[in-house]
Amino acid sequence: MSTPETTAPQAPLTDEAALNKAISSAPPPPGASAISAALTFGWRGMLKVKHVPEQLLDVTITPVMFVLMFTYIFGGAIAGSTGEYLDYILPGILVMSVLFTTVYSGIAINTDLTKGVVDRFRSLPIWRPAPLLGALLGDAVRYVVAGTVIVVLGVALGFRPEAGAPGVLAAMGLVVVFAFGLSWIFTTMGLLLRSPNAVMNAGFMSVFPLTFLSNVFVEPETLPGALEAFVNANPISVLATASRGLMEGDAAAADIVIVLAVAAGLTAVFLPLTTRLYAKASA
Amino acid sequence: MSTDSVLAIEATGLEKSFGETKAVCGVDLAVRRGSVYGLLGPNGAGKTTTIRMLATLLPPDSGEARVLGHDIVDDADAVRRAVTLTGQLASVDEDLTGRENLILIGRLFGFKRAQAKERAAELLEAFGLAEAAGRLVKNYSGGMRRRLDVAASIVVRPELMFLDEPTTGLDPRSRNQVWDIIRSLVGGGTTVLLCTQYLDEADQLADGIAVIDHGRVIAEGTPAQLKASVGSGSLHIRLLDPERRSEAEPIVARALDAEVHLEADPAALSTTCGSADRAAEAVGELTRSGIEVANFSLGQPSLDEVFLALTGHPAEEQTPEEEIAIEEEKAA
Repeated sequence: MSTPETTAPQAPLTDEAALNKAISSAPPPPGASAISAALTFGWRGMLKVKHVPEQLLDVTITPVMFVLMFTYIFGGAIAGSTGEYLDYILPGILVMSVLFTTVYSGIAINTDLTKGVVDRFRSLPIWRPAPLLGALLGDAVRYVVAGTVIVVLGVALGFRPEAGAPGVLAAMGLVVVFAFGLSWIFTTMGLLLRSPNAVMNAGFMSVFPLTFLSNVFVEPETLPGALEAFVNANPISVLATASRGLMEGDAAAADIVIVLAVAAGLTAVFLPLTTRLYAKASA
Repeated sequence: MSTDSVLAIEATGLEKSFGETKAVCGVDLAVRRGSVYGLLGPNGAGKTTTIRMLATLLPPDSGEARVLGHDIVDDADAVRRAVTLTGQLASVDEDLTGRENLILIGRLFGFKRAQAKERAAELLEAFGLAEAAGRLVKNYSGGMRRRLDVAASIVVRPELMFLDEPTTGLDPRSRNQVWDIIRSLVGGGTTVLLCTQYLDEADQLADGIAVIDHGRVIAEGTPAQLKASVGSGSLHIRLLDPERRSEAEPIVARALDAEVHLEADPAALSTTCGSADRAAEAVGELTRSGIEVANFSLGQPSLDEVFLALTGHPAEEQTPEEEIAIEEEKAA
């Protein structure tokens, strides 16, 4: 006899006693502090780098190609020799490489929204900005990796900065801090746009021109007047100049202060904004 | 804080619109502590929106609700501390392993690293996921993912659990496992609010059911009351010889005094029937007339039949509206 509405024979779980124990023995913990919650989300971000390393590859391959292409194809024409151009361009490419990586912060948040996992995070009793702040802390690890790839490549090609390793580390630190500030913009895009692809397109459409309209590749003096003014005002130019300065040992304090102020300003504006968007956004 | 109240959920006049679409229009609910309460309705009836409001994920447009004595708007954090939501989309991170998912949730609840690991191991073992603990969740089957999802919901045992269609898309074995888990949870004292499209599921698990249609509660009661109000289940008969169906039809109709439907299967017919005795009588009549019966079954009324009885229309899938609602929600 077929009895479609009755249930199939009970398939017992592996261990009912263990199930009952797991359900009953849960002493409630005290709740996570704001910092601990944010760091836990940072840990989640790092696990993703470990499990999905392709993302990292995507963002480092372009800058690597740029280093090679610009140094050996345009280097001679722009700076007279490939070696001299490498000294000029390498700190700039470091900036570009890390800034490109920031777009992925927005893609990651949007991907979360399209899955159900955000509902889980939102229904937890945690400090509201923790998921966003934590994600960006995890992303900072990615920025360091992306930056390191460029520096190592540069050294292999003959890049020998005056200020040596401490200068390079200082430049890297500054770039990562700026990237942290900039990534709030892409996080906002990630919360507003409808698909990870849309975030990728909008993100690169804004970060590409901004990077090229800076002094990353060429000296601004070679540009038409209006463009030169724009390039000089572009915070990415200030960041590239400061990075070059730190690597060569002649950084202007004003440049560093501007970079830090821009990063702090972006965080101050976008942290509360994105926290509100995160509470409401859904995919 | 009226934490000693006997009601885990008390909602009055909850409303929510997304643009022009009224997703929920005036839902009242009263759910006793320690019970399993089912919200039964087709896709787009407003079940998910209701549950999301109660879980503080969506602010209601009007009406109010207290969950475990806490107002869902003014005291949302207190609600969040005591409830968990297992949504239609499994709320787990696909790019992490099962173990990492549970450690993540444990850490966010404030467990120390070692405690979180221990708790994760205990849950993975109990939910039959120990072997798959180190695999990425994106490689899990639907049933495993669901189980992990429920495990993530009870890393800290909630006082109240929202389950949104916990077995949709699962095979019967996985469905039974999820049901077992839910029963164990309720046995441990957790209140459950369950959204489902299946009367069968509500009947298996729930002490009380509210039937929802077009954002309103259209009927409420115990599963038995509800089934009684629908009247009857359905009798399906399959004949050995399709040629004789036309003969069988009037015999069954006379025996049960009910209208008989001829099904798409040329050997099958079905009708409504209140009791097993009468069903047996009708089948006996057929046998006596020399019409051989291949098999027959007496089933519970389906959601469709419940809806037909309660509203006079079958359970429509309001998918387009739901999609609009989701779009609006995103835009809001």
